[in-house]
Amino acid sequence: MNREEIFEKVQEVLEEALGADEEDITPQASLTGDLEAESIDFLDIVFRLEKAFSSPDRPFKISQGELFPENLMENPSWVDDGKFTDEGMAMLHERMPHVDFKDFDDDRDVNNVAELITVNSIVDFVDRKLQAN
Amino acid sequence: MRWMWIDQIVDFEAESRMVAIKNVSLAEEHLHDHFAADAKHPDAQPIMPACFIVEGMAQTAGILVGSVHRFREKVILAKVQKAVLHREVSPGQTLRYTATLDRIDTAGAATTGTVECRGHGPNDDSWQHIGDIELMFSHIDQNIAGLKFPEENFVFSDNFRTILRAAGLEDLAEA
Repeated sequence: MNREEIFEKVQEVLEEALGADEEDITPQASLTGDLEAESIDFLDIVFRLEKAFSSPDRPFKISQGELFPENLMENPSWVDDGKFTDEGMAMLHERMPHVDFKDFDDDRDVNNVAELITVNSIVDFVDRKLQAN
Repeated sequence: MRWMWIDQIVDFEAESRMVAIKNVSLAEEHLHDHFAADAKHPDAQPIMPACFIVEGMAQTAGILVGSVHRFREKVILAKVQKAVLHREVSPGQTLRYTATLDRIDTAGAATTGTVECRGHGPNDDSWQHIGDIELMFSHIDQNIAGLKFPEENFVFSDNFRTILRAAGLEDLAEA
């Protein structure tokens, strides 16, 4: 499946999960910032992605925290005074290779990390996972 | 005490499906206001509010989801994905909710469900499909933000256990 096909399926998933209009679901659109996704929507998106990209011989399973890391605040070596430490940034890069962090290094605010997840991040995530399968 | 919107569980397949019924009665006070006939609206009729039909499905599906982990999780309705109802439901009629578990993981679950309705008169005595409801539930102790909630399971109170016992599901009621 090429990126264009993956994007179209991701677009359908986000239309259904978020009730968003097709024209608003651009590759650069942020899930929380532009498409107004809330925390429960992330679980919904995970379930719908699994359904959309599974085939009878190749199940597409996303484990908890794989697409959207959880409990980021629990490890004090990752977050200090609401900002990601160098170790925290390294963890984000490792656990979220599908997210572009290049403009986040100056900000590092934990409250803003969800806004970095774009439609393109989801497409990247699916693409990597399908290739690894 | 929880405000119960199902009367009886009539079928249960573990981790798969739960069916419950609700008898709509004119003894329910809310029906007297929804809608009340008055001088301006002499033809107004009591109608089961759609939001309580959604709640009935949420309770049916919520018990199904909770039963998977033997009610250790606090299962909270988090999202109404879809709620389409095609006709009104009146006192004297019976609703049947069939909830099916689509997907469950540590963080929550997704269910689909059908709503049927039947009366008890000679011309209204068969089940008619009147709607579809898709829901998402969260296991709130597993929330992404790591928020803490009271240890006691305030979701599955004694009312739910009474309904489980009445359905012959003692094993789950004692979980």
